[in-house]
Amino acid sequence: MLELRVASRRGEFELDLAFEARGGATTVIVGESGAGKTSVLRVAAGLDRPDWGRVVLDGEVYTDTEAGVHLPPWRRNLGYVSQDYSLFPHLTVAENVAFGLRAAGVPRGEVGARVARVLERTGIHPLLRRKPTTLSGGQQQRVALARALVLDPRLLLLDEPLAALDLQTRRQVRGELRRLLQELGTTTLYVTHSPLEALLFGDRIIVLEAGRISQTGDRDDLLRHPRSRYVAELVGTNFFAGRVAAAETGEKVRTADGDLAISRAEDPADLFVTVDPREITLHTHRPEGSAQNVFEGPIVELAPEPPGGERVRVVLGTRPPLVAEVTREAVASLGLAEGVMVHASFKATGIRSYR
Amino acid sequence: MGSIRIEGRGSEGVALGLHVAASAVLCTLLGLPVVALVLRVPPGRLLERFQDEALVAALRLSLLTSVAATLVVMLLGLPLAYLLTTRTFPGKRLIEAMLELPMVLPPTVAGVGLLLAFGRQGLAGGALAALGLSIPFTTLAVVVAQVFVAAPFFIAATRAGLAEVDRRYLDAAATLRSSPSRTLFRVMLPLAFPSLLAGAAMTWARALGEFGATITFAGNMPGVTQTMPLAVYLALQTDLDAAVALSVLMLALSLGVLLGIRLVTPGLLPVGARARAPGR
Repeated sequence: MLELRVASRRGEFELDLAFEARGGATTVIVGESGAGKTSVLRVAAGLDRPDWGRVVLDGEVYTDTEAGVHLPPWRRNLGYVSQDYSLFPHLTVAENVAFGLRAAGVPRGEVGARVARVLERTGIHPLLRRKPTTLSGGQQQRVALARALVLDPRLLLLDEPLAALDLQTRRQVRGELRRLLQELGTTTLYVTHSPLEALLFGDRIIVLEAGRISQTGDRDDLLRHPRSRYVAELVGTNFFAGRVAAAETGEKVRTADGDLAISRAEDPADLFVTVDPREITLHTHRPEGSAQNVFEGPIVELAPEPPGGERVRVVLGTRPPLVAEVTREAVASLGLAEGVMVHASFKATGIRSYR
Repeated sequence: MGSIRIEGRGSEGVALGLHVAASAVLCTLLGLPVVALVLRVPPGRLLERFQDEALVAALRLSLLTSVAATLVVMLLGLPLAYLLTTRTFPGKRLIEAMLELPMVLPPTVAGVGLLLAFGRQGLAGGALAALGLSIPFTTLAVVVAQVFVAAPFFIAATRAGLAEVDRRYLDAAATLRSSPSRTLFRVMLPLAFPSLLAGAAMTWARALGEFGATITFAGNMPGVTQTMPLAVYLALQTDLDAAVALSVLMLALSLGVLLGIRLVTPGLLPVGARARAPGR
């Protein structure tokens, strides 16, 4: 288990967070660039010393600013794969992978065997005499991983391990990496800006916004109960924060962007509200019927979902702003296009509210 | 449109002409003396010169002292360059400025400074005498003078080379159990090697050509402190042909070093530090 607490200030940027990463599991830190994800990894690795903080791995104190403890990176039992892989350009693949073993003073005879074993495991054995600059991105990624794993680290730190790869390679490497991490069972801290990777890799997901944790949970928590607009956007749902207010026609949630009708009577309280984009129906004329929530506005953007897929996400300039998801046929039959005025409707029961 | 393009080409042509003219003037200024030297060599006499004992002694002394000076500079300059590249400390700027001073100081002034520092009556003279050491007017003084004037070349090139090594390689090494000193030898130095080599070659070439500080601090004793440049100067008073022959020899050595640097280090940049980032 990794326990990490850090409070640091670098100019305008403030990092202030605490979490525990379960032993043997993958904890994903997801956030936009500049949220402080890499800074967290660098503190865990010992590359940066926090103003205040504590890093404890399996009971061993790596950093404790109050006690004046800061173990340098080369005394920590961890593997670190940086975003650009940072393979030593003057060394071959085999020498890169052997680098850590040699530095750790592993006996000469053992080095070769361990290098060969990890190269087999990551499927790059045929490359062992090549120089890193002659490798493709996917191959470099595997070498970087092998170089970290050969030391059998107790903690694996991965900084955007797939971000430097082109789309096609990324899909392939993603699958391999998932299998590998599951087989290894090493405590892993995985940093990414990609919601997809977060949901795919994270046994536990930590959402980082502007240097602070905005939400922590497993996949389902995040998908069902986003607690910030950022998380809602990550999981692709409509999200509002509001307060219950009684109205003549039933219960309403008052948000900064307008009122939404909800079905369940609740005590007046602050709550979060999500509307699944697939619950929203679009009409060219004002609909008649039972839907209590009807909003009119222009179409701002049409985007296939997934890219090139059968469904289309429709971003609406309504108040409150909404995103609907409809089929391709619906787009064609309704004549939907950017700028067209539409009515968006959904039932009060289509709203999920939680505190 | 057509006329605009022709006008553009015309003014570009004039500009190019100016560049070429300026370059031609400077190249003539720098190149003509070299050509003059080579043309003045009396054929057949060059070889004959190498039977001259004084010349051979000067050549041997020059090679010996310049190689020694280069080794000393590398041995002491590398740790210094490493500290200056990786650390900040009070007085760093002052040290940096002092280290560049020998590049701009007239070498004779350097020689006077060396005398006042390490001469018998100098600042450190007493201490050295207590150790039974007297530096001025010895072969050691020649080496000291060469170290003084040539060290900045090695330090500057090495610092540039070490600074070019991307931080991310050092971070990667640190997370791979590598202590800073191991990282220095296994990562920084190999990646900065071309710069180190270029710096060492420049240092050697500068030491080989040293004149002013040497004649001031070490004197002009054949076989002991009379290096090639001093021998050239001396020969000039008595025998122009001898001076020319010696000069051409120096010229060939220097040109060889400079060409060698270019062959070994294309662009003077460490190859490794320029490795492309993956897949971007």
